[in-house]
Order: sequence, then C-alpha cells, then structure tokens
Amino acid sequence: MIDWLDGVLRGFINPYYYGILVTIGINIILALSLNLVTGFTGQLHLGHAAFMAIGAYTAGLLSTKAGFGFAGAVIVAGLVAAVAGVIVGLPTLRLRGDYLAIATLGFGEIVRITLLNLDITGGPFGLRGIPRQTNLPIVILAVLFSFLVLRSLVNSRMGRALIAIREDEVAAQTMGIDTTRLKVTSFTVAAFFAGIAGALFAYWFRYLNPSSFGFMVSIELLAMVVFGGLGNLLGSVLGAGVMTYLPEFLRTVAPAIAERRLVFYGALLVIVMILRPNGLLGTSSEQGWLEIWLARRRSQGAAGRVGSGPGAGSEAPPATGGAGHGPA
Amino acid sequence: MALLEVRGLTMEFGGLRAVDDVTFDVHEGEILSVIGPNGAGKTTVFNVLTGIYHPTRGDIVFRGQRLNALKPHQITALGIARTFQNIRLFREMSVWENVVVGAHTRLKSGFFSSVFKGPATRREERAARERAYRHLEFVGLKGLETTKARQLPYGAQRRLEIARALAAEPRLLLLDEPAAGMNAGETEELMGLIRRLKEQSITIILIEHDMRMVMDISERIVVLDHGRKIAEGTPAEVRRHEAVIAAYLGASARAGG
Amino acid sequence: MPGSGAVWRRFPARTGFAHRAPSRYDWEETTGGACLAQASTLVLYRCAAERGAPLFAQQLINGLVTGSTYALIALGYTMVYGVLQLINFAHGEIYMVGAFTGLLLVTVAKLPFPLALLLAMGGTAVLGVTIEFIAYRPLRRSSRLSVLISAIGMSIFVQNVALWIWGPSTRSFLPPFPVTTFTIAGLRTNTLDLLTLLVAVLMMVGLHLLVTRTKLGKAMRAVAQDRETAALMGINVNRTIAFTFAIGSSLAAAAGVMVGMLFNAVTPSMGVMPGLKGFVAAVLGGIGHIPGAMVGGLVLGMAEVLGVALLSSQWRDAVAFAILILVLLYRPSGLLGRRTQEKV
Repeated sequence: MIDWLDGVLRGFINPYYYGILVTIGINIILALSLNLVTGFTGQLHLGHAAFMAIGAYTAGLLSTKAGFGFAGAVIVAGLVAAVAGVIVGLPTLRLRGDYLAIATLGFGEIVRITLLNLDITGGPFGLRGIPRQTNLPIVILAVLFSFLVLRSLVNSRMGRALIAIREDEVAAQTMGIDTTRLKVTSFTVAAFFAGIAGALFAYWFRYLNPSSFGFMVSIELLAMVVFGGLGNLLGSVLGAGVMTYLPEFLRTVAPAIAERRLVFYGALLVIVMILRPNGLLGTSSEQGWLEIWLARRRSQGAAGRVGSGPGAGSEAPPATGGAGHGPA
Repeated sequence: MALLEVRGLTMEFGGLRAVDDVTFDVHEGEILSVIGPNGAGKTTVFNVLTGIYHPTRGDIVFRGQRLNALKPHQITALGIARTFQNIRLFREMSVWENVVVGAHTRLKSGFFSSVFKGPATRREERAARERAYRHLEFVGLKGLETTKARQLPYGAQRRLEIARALAAEPRLLLLDEPAAGMNAGETEELMGLIRRLKEQSITIILIEHDMRMVMDISERIVVLDHGRKIAEGTPAEVRRHEAVIAAYLGASARAGG
Repeated sequence: MPGSGAVWRRFPARTGFAHRAPSRYDWEETTGGACLAQASTLVLYRCAAERGAPLFAQQLINGLVTGSTYALIALGYTMVYGVLQLINFAHGEIYMVGAFTGLLLVTVAKLPFPLALLLAMGGTAVLGVTIEFIAYRPLRRSSRLSVLISAIGMSIFVQNVALWIWGPSTRSFLPPFPVTTFTIAGLRTNTLDLLTLLVAVLMMVGLHLLVTRTKLGKAMRAVAQDRETAALMGINVNRTIAFTFAIGSSLAAAAGVMVGMLFNAVTPSMGVMPGLKGFVAAVLGGIGHIPGAMVGGLVLGMAEVLGVALLSSQWRDAVAFAILILVLLYRPSGLLGRRTQEKV
C-alpha cells in the first residue's frame, strides 16, 4: 500500500522536490515537538537536535549492527530518545527558565561530543550503511500522527496545564499542577517525536555524522517555531516548510543569501520577538489573518455548543493595538 | 478542632525575618482576616501556607495533616486554594479555561486519555466546562467565558481569580487583597460574594487593607506588624487594642476620617 | 585535534537539504575548531616540553591564565544578569568582536598595543550598548522567554555578520611586542601569560572600585536590587543599564584581545565556547555576584586544565558543561552567591 503510494508520488514529483518534501516533513515533526516544550510549556530548549541525534544514531546502530527492521528501529529510536528526555528533564526542568536554556544547550553539546568520541558511532567519520527505507508516504504518515497527537494533547487537561505553566508557573503550582512532572512529560513527549524524526532522517540520508546535530540545528529549529508562532501547531508546520524550502530555493536563485541564511535567522529571531512576540501565527492580541479566521470559526462553534449568544464574538481581537505591543 | 493550626511559624530570607513566631488557629466555617501595615508579612504567611515557601521553623497543620514539607500542588489537592495580591491569571487563556485549570486536581484524565480522548474523558471535559461556567456565573462573570483573561477589566480579573480558586473545591480559601483597586460599589459586591462563599461552608482567610470591609465581614482578626503577631480577636476587640492602634489603625483612622 | 574542520569537509554537502549539510557555519568547527584545539595542544605541548618540571603546578599556571580570561568574560554576564536578570547570549560575540578589533588595530592601523587594547574596549562597549538598545530594551516588559530568544538571535546575527565580513578562516594574532620565556621557581612562563594576568587583575580592581566607590556603581547596585525603586529615587535606569553593558562588553573585549594573542588565533566563531564558559564561570561563582564571577572563572580554568590532564582533551568541553549542570542542580546559587527566592 505504502509502496504503491510511493510509486504514485514519485511518478508525480521529481526527485529533487521529493527529497525536499521528505526533509520538510522531518523538520515539521521536529518543530512541532519543540513547540510543545518551548511554545506551549514556555521552556526554552536549546538542545532539541540532541534528541534527534539520539533517535538517528539509535536507528542507525539498530539497523547496521543489530539487524533491526525499519519499523522496529524507528519505534525503539523514539523510545530511547524519550528515555533520554526523562533522564535529562528530571534534573534540569527544576531549574528556572534561563538556566534551563543553558542546561539544555550543555546537554546538546555533551551528546554531540560523546557521539564524536565513541567508537561504535564511527566518531567524526560517521555511521554508514543504513538502508534507505524512509519514503514520502511514511514521512507524511509520521507528520500526521505527530500533529494529531500533539493537537489532541494541547487541547486537554494536560495541555491546559502546560499552557498554564507557561503563563505563570507560580499560579499553576498553586492551582494544583505538579509543574515539574508536567514539564518532564512535555519534554519526554517532545524527545520521543524528535527521536522518531531522527530515525526517519537516518533511514533517508543513510549516513550520520555528529555535525548534523550541532547547536545551530537546534537554533534553526527554534527559528522555525518562533517564525511560525510559539504555541501554534499549524505555525510550526508553516515555519518548518518555509524555512526548509526557502534556503533551497535561494540556493539556486541567490546562493550568496542562502549561504548567509543564519544572518537572517538571527535577525528574524530578534525582530519577531520585538514586533510579534508570539510569532506570525502566535496566540497574541495582534493576530494574523489566519488566526482571526480560525478564532471566528471556533467561537461560532463554541456559541453553537454552549448557546450563549453574547459571548460569541468576544474572541475576535480588539480593533485597538498596533503591531508593536508585547504582552506585559 | 481547628481546621488550620499555625504554630510558631517563622520564615527567614537570608538574614531577613519576614514572619516571626506567629501562632493562630482558623476555625471551620469562619472568616478570619489578617491585617497589618505594608511589609508586615501577611502575604508571606499565605505563601508559606500554600507551599510556595517552606517555613524556617514552626508547624502548619491542616485537618490533622502537617503541611510544612508539601509542595504547592499537594496542598491544593488537600483543599487549600488562594488568590494573588498582584493578579496572576493565565493571561493568554480564555476565562473558562482559567477556571478549568483551577479544577486540575479534581480531574482525572492522564497522559494517554488526554491524547486518545475516550468517552469517559470527553464526559469529564464537558462536566468540567459546565462546572466552570457555573463558577463564573457565581462570581458574576456570565457571558465573558470565552474572552481572554487579559482582556477583562481589572475588577473582573479579581473575580476570575476567585472563580479559579473555587474550581479547586477548597475547604479553605485564602484571599489576598481581593478589594485592592476596587471602588465602593465593587467592594460592596465583593463582600456579598464572600458571604455567599461562607454560606457554602468554605472557610476564608482574608488579607485586606480596606478597614470598613475587614471590620464588617470578619469574625476574627489577626494583626501582624514587622512579622510578629501583635493582636488577635474580634473586630471590636482589635479596634480597641492599643498596640494595633499604635501600629496601624491610628494612622488609618486619621487618614480615613 | 588540529584541523578538525578538514575531517568532515571530506564529506561534502551531498546530503543536500537546508541545515543538514555540514556547512562552514556549523558549530562543529567553532567548538572543535582552531581556538580551542590550540588551547589544548598548547597545554599538552607545554606539558611535554616540561617533562622534568612538576606537571601539576605547571598546569595550574596554565589554568590560572585561561581562568583569568574566563573571569573577565564572566564579569560581563554577571553584571548584566544583575541589572536585567538576563543571560546575554551575545556576550561571547562581543568578546569575538573585541578580539577582531584589537587585531585590526594592531596589524592594519599599526597602533601601539595599549592604545589598541583601549580602543578595542571602547569599540565593543559601543557594540554592547547598541545590542542592548536594539534587542533588549524594546523587550523590557516582555516575557523572559521573548528576551532570551531575542538574545540568542542577536548572538547568531553578530557571529554570522562577522563571518560574512571577515570570512571563516583563522587569523594569526602575533603579540606586537617581544615575548620572552623565563622560569620562576622551576615553573616556565612567559611575558604574555603575565601580561594577561596583569590586565585581568587591573580590570577587576578597576571594576571593584567602580562598583563600590562611584556614583555610577551605586546606581548599578540600586538598579540590580530593585529597578522600580531605583527609578523612583531619580536614577536614570536606562542609562545605568547601558553603562553596565558598556563596562561588561569592554571587559570581554580585553579578554578577547588577550586570548587572541595567547592562542595566536582569531576567528568569527571563537566567541561561542568561551562565551558559554564565561557563563559557566558566572554561575559557578554565583550569578549576579561580582567577586563570584572572578572566583568562578579561576576555578573553572583550573578545573578544565586538570580535567584535560585526567581524561583527554576531546572531553574538555563536555567536562565544563557537566560542571555547569552539577552546579545548577546542587548549588544553583553558586560558590559565593546567596540563596534567593523569587518574589511572589
């Protein structure tokens, strides 16, 4: 079934775009999962690439050294990354926000340095010989799965608790939320999906090198999430799509700019924080057109369910407020 | 037996003693006010009672259970809820969601039922939302359920804090200056609300600067000054208490006319 | 591990897409790269050269010199954290720009070294104030997360603009004065090491006097304690914060110039690791605590050199981060800091 679908897709899409779409899909999973931690739970996480690396190397080693099949290796990779998430999250998520950022950054570096110095991973020479078993239909399935699970999660008791932690951690504790436990859970779920994404990455590129999982990768993922909107899942899809495709596009049109993209990513992070702290599709009072449209639809739905007419229009943003205001 | 016993409570920060050997009881069903000049340690007492700080010395016993080493969420689960002096709402969440977060400890769904919403989870969600709407109606915020918390006017934000605390189904409710910034009419409404809470057999500790409200509504008053308890008694007793007049009421009475 | 860049350059960008391709921006090069590789080879070289000398004591001297530069960087973190409760992620980049400015002033403008050092400090002070003005001041009332993300963006921006202007290759920074090696009490050292220590000590003494004896220092301490009350007392808070950035940045520039000469290497990515380690040093000493930053820098420098001696130089950075995480977990207030609790 999947093979048949893959054949159809390959018939329609040329190999270059096929490859870009696979990479976009993998990045969407990474951005969505990072958004859970940073956008919804409000914890700045600068080591997401490390979970991806753990997933990728787990899958790579299981495939090349232990004879695992594709499905088994991908799932185990997700689970190993999740376990790493618990191990890292338990101690570090007790830390205040800005310390957490540094601790996750340090964790990411430790993982990279470890991969670089182990024999089994091939060290700086990398890991080779992984079969190419990731294809576009599988990636699309994985993206759908991640999106639906995460959307369901953020619209639940647990998701509300995560957002409450982001909004005001002290108040959240006082409302009976075990903040440490929930932060670790969010971190673990994110690590799981990053591990899956890493495994898909391994089975697509067939070659792994620690330098593919450095700090700058974590930063690019953060830029995708910020660009699309902290706390907005659709935004992460858009952010990952645009920020994966754009450099590819520019590479052919304006290679100098594509090569210097980090200059623009850096500026983008600053500018977005100043002008639209919740990103292009973020949940702030200064909403984008899509968010306004969605809010209207949602409030119509809510009005239908609850049957309270007057409250229906109140989710629409106020007409006041220029683009320059952040939340106080 | 007292609902809450506070024994020799002391809270130090570095060298600073914010609360110094404070002892008092809170009886089931009463409204107890804690008053004192700014910096007397009132809010610190609330922070210790709710587990945000752990006391340096002393004991806090709630319904026979010692709270000293418990975390805030455990204390909430036992039945203590609070509001904050400097409003701390979940600003980007809607009004009803704020209240449902307050009910966090009263809901069950865990990680997997959150993701794969079965019928039981959906039923629980619906019931929680309906309860939240009732709490909002109770505090007078009907019709504003889907507004974002930060878009509410100031007075409504204070009432939302109370609704959110009520959702935790507390036995004991701590209100930290609920009338701050309210005009006379709003304060009057608030007093009505607090009396209705008492009728629902919720015990209340109130920190408040509005002396008319305190004298009117409280059954007993504890007076703090520089972290120490300087008086305790009925409003009439406290009003006559010399130390209190010296430390606090004198100035306020002159200023208020 | 000289030329670790070459290791992966053997694998050209064939994997293709977006950030997957090992690019010259990758951190791989920055961390494994020139500056630190030389740092560790320098240590090993010295140890080998001094096979007869007491190895342990010799390494302590190396640790002392590196540590004093960490301390200079840490001071900037700690001062900014004190007044803004912000980790200034761009601080390592300020250090890098300081090194470049010093190098260009010495080699291109042919200025005498003391003047070049002072001008480099002045130039980066302006850069620090500009960064504060652009990336942090508009976010004074925003959430901590927003400011942190802005800080990271600024760091990436400055580093990559430097890469754009100056290119990725390592530039040599030979001291513009004769360096002589000599032996004190059986330990080998040289004038450059001593000058680095001297500069660090002078800066720290100057900073200490500034903070404790001047009106500006008093204003800084007041803003650190309570920004609103300070404003009510008539202190110009924005100006005080700007001065804090200026002073912190110029200290980082001094460190950058000295390290550039110590390792004879200046690159756009040289700020990343020392920047992080400066932060580790600040946390180790107790963030927001000025003497703590000095002690933290020295302790970290020593710990690292000993770590390299015990394990191996590849693990050097991992050891530093492990120290960071342990300190954060077991003594988040640092060696000298006092326990503080967030106000509710």
